[in-house]
Amino acid sequence: MTRRSRERATTSGTPSGTVSGVGTVSVAGTVSGVAGTVGGMVSGTGPETVPEAEFRSYYGHPVIKRPIWHVPHMPLYLYLGGLSGASSLTAVLAGLTGRHRLARAARITAALGASTGSAFLIAELGRPARFLNMLRVFKPTSPMSVGSWILAAQGGLSAAAAVSDVTGILPAVGDAAALATVVTGPLTATYTAVLVADTAVPAWHAGYRELPFLFAGSALASAGAAGMLATPRAEAGPARAVALLGAAVETAAATLLEQRLGLVGEPYRQGRAGLLLRAARALTAGGGLLTLLAGRSRVATAASGLALTAGALCTRFGVLEAGRASAADPKYTVVPQRERVETAGPASVPGR
Amino acid sequence: MAERMGFFTDTSICIGCKACEVACKEWNQLPDDGFLFQATSYDNTVALGASTWRHVAFIEQQPVWTPEGETGDPLRIGPDGRWLMSSDVCKHCTHAGCLDVCPTGALFRTEFDTVVVQPDICNGCGYCVPACPFGVIDRREDDGRAWKCTMCYDRQRGGLEPACAKACPTDSIQFGPLDELRERAAGRVAALHAEGRTEARLYGESPGDGVGGMGAFFLLLDEPEVYGLPPDPVVPTRDLPAMWRWAGAAALTMVGAVAVSFLGAAVGSGGGSGRSAGSSGSRAFEQVRGVRGVLVRGVRRFGGFGGSPPAGWLPMRRFQGRGR
Repeated sequence: MTRRSRERATTSGTPSGTVSGVGTVSVAGTVSGVAGTVGGMVSGTGPETVPEAEFRSYYGHPVIKRPIWHVPHMPLYLYLGGLSGASSLTAVLAGLTGRHRLARAARITAALGASTGSAFLIAELGRPARFLNMLRVFKPTSPMSVGSWILAAQGGLSAAAAVSDVTGILPAVGDAAALATVVTGPLTATYTAVLVADTAVPAWHAGYRELPFLFAGSALASAGAAGMLATPRAEAGPARAVALLGAAVETAAATLLEQRLGLVGEPYRQGRAGLLLRAARALTAGGGLLTLLAGRSRVATAASGLALTAGALCTRFGVLEAGRASAADPKYTVVPQRERVETAGPASVPGR
Repeated sequence: MAERMGFFTDTSICIGCKACEVACKEWNQLPDDGFLFQATSYDNTVALGASTWRHVAFIEQQPVWTPEGETGDPLRIGPDGRWLMSSDVCKHCTHAGCLDVCPTGALFRTEFDTVVVQPDICNGCGYCVPACPFGVIDRREDDGRAWKCTMCYDRQRGGLEPACAKACPTDSIQFGPLDELRERAAGRVAALHAEGRTEARLYGESPGDGVGGMGAFFLLLDEPEVYGLPPDPVVPTRDLPAMWRWAGAAALTMVGAVAVSFLGAAVGSGGGSGRSAGSSGSRAFEQVRGVRGVLVRGVRRFGGFGGSPPAGWLPMRRFQGRGR
């Protein structure tokens, strides 16, 4: 053994493994002390919320590909889809309770959200001219296929509801379309959570329980905020309540997502994603509390609505950012899988 | 249906010549992948991608120095160090994440049980890219579509073996019916173990693993992650039913939250000042409003919760004049 390799080994043998520089073995210190140029990888160093995970990799290169979805298209679509879905619900309930200005504002919001969201989705494609290929098949194993059909239905129905309401043409058809969005709306807002969770990206996949609630809460807060901003205060009471409940659900789900996942949840707490999600939490909580005053003040309404909207946007951008960070570091792929093999045995696919 | 065909890549006899990478590029007419210089090893290709369908990993290992001051060798590297070389490729999984999530049907399973993208269908949605637990498939940004190894579908249809296997000078890459390859691989591992090379292990040969067995599997001399492979890959769609259940619960929560918001406001607002000049109310909606009135009465009995009174929203005429 050369002197150089001895020094290397000694460095990487330090217990906490802060800067191994070269390859290290051992998951959470089970095989500590084994180091060297094995695989020649670099072990990650981050803020110590979770004990430093030591693992082996191929020169620190990621195992999986990072999601190639672009900013701002993808997170904006997530926001707009949520806005559309929850606005549809608001529109239906407002119509049923005779709040016509709120109903009209919500119908228009739902239609605009679905159509501009679809535009962002199409722009996101590598071959936008082929967007109709999405409706070539219906594939239950693909959340994007299921989602395309949900979005197509939501887009058509919400547009019919809005156009009928604004023009006064065929009100019965418009109302029927609006009623049908009670089904498509919530699905539009939540299927996107299945879409991101059904990937090999560790932070997304492991968050499949929390993400639908995060997206549902964010959608409610977005729609509540839009309703508050677009409707006279006297009629916007339910929109404020929707916003408040949405902010509460969003905050609770984000907290669970950040805390429950352990190492895999680290990307939600660190770096750009951590920054965005902390901003989202502050804006959402602040905007949510302001809804309690918004009934009495125009300024409070504006502040609350804008804060909730900004919070929802930060949530969506933060989730994409966390997915990217989670895919870029092989630690999040290798360490949980290695732990699983060593504790519970290799995974299998039951019933397929 | 023809027999299931596959690759068995025996990395113990790979010499890292990269003939497979070149043959693949030539046959499939793949663009260059950037001419990057990594400066980490003899591998500058780094990973599989849209234009790299075979990738030869190169790993240089030195013996290990343990903290106790002894030269240990828990990884069985040997006193002189060793080189590991391995030609990676798409695994053509039994349960393929890319195939499962493809929304257009561009990805399909061939008569050889391989997984292939149809370039005339793919619209470049990019979903297959993060869905692959091995990071194989990728989108070619100047082209907009997703690309990956086809196991030379065109050559197979013509009765030829894939270009990489044809070009491999040591038969490290073997092509054939998957069942035969599995038997051959088991024999090879047994032979290596008999020689004392107990570090040899198969990767992806078991039909019981998280992707249901790989159509392209490997004999490795170290842990999979050292070669850049996931140690225990699982097809993401395995958990899809559970994901939809959670999403369904969240969707119902949304409906509930909006309903509560309106009921709460109804209760809090009390009588209101009468119905607004409704214009859009169709007959169906009028009927549902009747139901709502009953609900409001019920909830109000329990106290309700506060909120500012909306200007005249209450549609039920019989409530008029009965307000607070």
